[in-house]
Amino acid sequence: MQHETPSHGIDMAALGRTERQALDLSREKVALDVPGLNLFYGSKQALYDVKMMIPKQRVTAFIGPSGCGKSTLLRTFNRMNDLVDGCRVDGEILLDGKNIYDKNVEVAELRRRVGMVFQKPNPFPKSIYENVVYGLRIQGVNQKRVLDETVEWALKSAALWDEVKDRLHDSALGLSGGQQQRLVIARTVAVQPEVLLLDEPCSALDPISTLKVEELIFELKSKYTIVIVTHNMQQAARVSDYTAFMYLGKLIEYGDTDRLFTNPEKKQTEDYITGRYG
Amino acid sequence: MTRNENNAADETPRQEHPTKVGRVKQLSVKNWFKSGLPWIWMTGAGVSIAVIMTVGLLSLIAVKGLAHFWPANVVVSEYTVPGEAPRMIAGELVESEQVPRARLASAGLPVNVDGGEFMTRELLKIGNREFYPADFSWVVGEWMGEQTLPPELMVMERREWGNFYGYLVDVREGDRVVAQGDQAWPELVERVERVTDLYEELRRLQRVDIGAINYGLEQLRLKTRGLELDNELDAAAQADIEAERAEFNERYKGLEARLGELNQQVNRDYATIRTVDGHEERLQLSHVVRAFRPNAMSVTEKLGHYFEKIGEFVGDEPREANTEGGIFPAIFGTIMMTLIMAVIVTPFGVLAAIYLREYAKQGAMTRIIRIAVNNLAGVPAIVYGVFGLGFFVYVLGGSIDRLFYPEAFPAPTFGTPGLLWASLTLAILAVPVVIVATEEGLARIPRALREGSLALGATKAETLWRVVLPMASPAMMTGLILAVARAAGEVAPLMLVGVVKLAPTLPLNGNYPYLHLDQKIMHLGFHIFDVGFQSPNVEAARPLVYATALLLVLVIALLNLSAVFIRNHLREKYKALDH
Repeated sequence: MQHETPSHGIDMAALGRTERQALDLSREKVALDVPGLNLFYGSKQALYDVKMMIPKQRVTAFIGPSGCGKSTLLRTFNRMNDLVDGCRVDGEILLDGKNIYDKNVEVAELRRRVGMVFQKPNPFPKSIYENVVYGLRIQGVNQKRVLDETVEWALKSAALWDEVKDRLHDSALGLSGGQQQRLVIARTVAVQPEVLLLDEPCSALDPISTLKVEELIFELKSKYTIVIVTHNMQQAARVSDYTAFMYLGKLIEYGDTDRLFTNPEKKQTEDYITGRYG
Repeated sequence: MTRNENNAADETPRQEHPTKVGRVKQLSVKNWFKSGLPWIWMTGAGVSIAVIMTVGLLSLIAVKGLAHFWPANVVVSEYTVPGEAPRMIAGELVESEQVPRARLASAGLPVNVDGGEFMTRELLKIGNREFYPADFSWVVGEWMGEQTLPPELMVMERREWGNFYGYLVDVREGDRVVAQGDQAWPELVERVERVTDLYEELRRLQRVDIGAINYGLEQLRLKTRGLELDNELDAAAQADIEAERAEFNERYKGLEARLGELNQQVNRDYATIRTVDGHEERLQLSHVVRAFRPNAMSVTEKLGHYFEKIGEFVGDEPREANTEGGIFPAIFGTIMMTLIMAVIVTPFGVLAAIYLREYAKQGAMTRIIRIAVNNLAGVPAIVYGVFGLGFFVYVLGGSIDRLFYPEAFPAPTFGTPGLLWASLTLAILAVPVVIVATEEGLARIPRALREGSLALGATKAETLWRVVLPMASPAMMTGLILAVARAAGEVAPLMLVGVVKLAPTLPLNGNYPYLHLDQKIMHLGFHIFDVGFQSPNVEAARPLVYATALLLVLVIALLNLSAVFIRNHLREKYKALDH
């Protein structure tokens, strides 16, 4: 995959990233703090003592080979792993200083604050309009004016408005894959979450749609904290500010994307990004 | 299909090797098998047999059933049994068959043993039950003289004694002769029409108006008894009831006058009729349903008559121990019962399926429940009937009577077979089908959609209501279709829990509370059984069995088609993602 890269790391300039100031995690505001997390599927441990913080209004990418636990980690942020039978979390995750695994946390409310977009576009078999306002309707918002406004700005912020504004009441299933994925992003944005989790959002899309979604991520980062899981290292390098490399359930290396891709500290990271395994 | 064809095409060149003939032949048979062609033929044959059987079944019952309503010509002929005096016979030719001469002889008929080996035997519908022992009669074709179709020969359908075949002599009003000879027929047609209208009115009066009064009086009686049981029957209440009763009686008095008048009007006219062999009698015209002269009718007139008869069959009530008239109450009962069954079974089945699939912890217990549910679908229907009688009727119905209808004792209200119990029994009979179909539908909803909804802050219940259930609704409809198909055609359990040979009123009528769940109903399936096996008049009943069977099929098809229509609509609406 990385034949063109010479020694260790990816040529960031070739990916369109010009020189920029090095970022420093320790100076960022914290969106999500993971002081130490273990996760088990039954008796099998899937995450080992993960310690990290997700910076506010930045794009953080999780990379790593299949099965390394990056999606699992992502799903702990909005407790989607609650749905998996036999899944047990040991440790805490702090959102605004409060543990989301606390007993009196309302999961539905947490998921509204921490939205998620999945690998495959999953619009509901409803109209485009109804898809976008789904989250609002759940919250009991029914005033037409509010809904209309939300649909417009959400679709605009997902860069989909111009393409669908004339057919808002058509079925969402008639859209292309890329449009569907942007619709799903609009749907998630519509409930104004604080954190946006993207679980390989482009893996089912063609290159042009991928480009659009990436541009969208770039736009959205000024307002939202974004965490993206991706298999595609170029994508991570293109869109993210920080990158975490995971391997076999452990967080191996985490830091400024430019630095991690050009000058990885750990041998395993270097092996992975230069394509020696994974 | 395509792949098989390709295979076949690939293999063929090898068959054409001209050298080793035997080997080639062996190879070609092998290749023929390998090509998949025998498989295609076999599967095709399977489909053809299924199609032929279905089409054959439907056309048989359609032809046999529908032909019954055609006004056949009435044949008149001289009939001479050897050794007896010739007599005239008239009747509709129903069927004709070749019978060995010896068999006729051994049946005791005075057959001349010489002659051809076979003789013709014909079945005539001769009617005139008051003169002959049976409606239908076998006659020997060779003994019949020349067959004629006299245009003035008349068929009268009567409310009792079956059809009359013969001639019209005169029409009378009381004892006074109104018309005779050629004028008699038009006079008769006119007067039959008048008397039919009057008869309808009379019946409506008796059924609807006086029926309502009787119903009201009965309710009053029950109310009185109820108050008495509660020790609340004081003077005021009694006066109230008396006042109401007086009002009903007043209304009845008003109707009584009209009733008497109508009765007199209806019984005014008579006709003198004569059979072909000379019996003469006087017949009150109120007993005549319709009179027609089939031999004089043109094809168009016959067609009109045909559709009128079909209309009567579908829309009227049965007469003469269900062998004449229509089967409307049975159609109505079948549809009513199936609809109530559907209303009961759908929520039950769907709720059970949702619990099993969405909420129950998947494990040994749910697996056992699932197996039990699936096996429930295989329990013979009559067992459900026994259960329905033992539990619903006696236990449930008995308790309801004790708690809510003590005033009607000792007559049971719900503690006797009725519409509600029939529907409930069918509902438990069909509920496994709905559960299985709904569960399958729920299982097919992509996980991604549920997660999508949950990730937007919806709770599990909200996700179920807003995403999962709408998408699973076509599957629920499939379950309902299967349930209707299973339940509507069921007869055995119904005989125990509420279906009868003849129900006096429809379960849905003008008397408050309009829907009478405690009433017994008629049912097409049971009607077939009753007409076919319990009828005193087998030959007359046979075509009715076919016609009723056809209607039963049509009713079920109609119920199913409407459900299919709704399902397809839902499918279109909630079309799932194609992956």
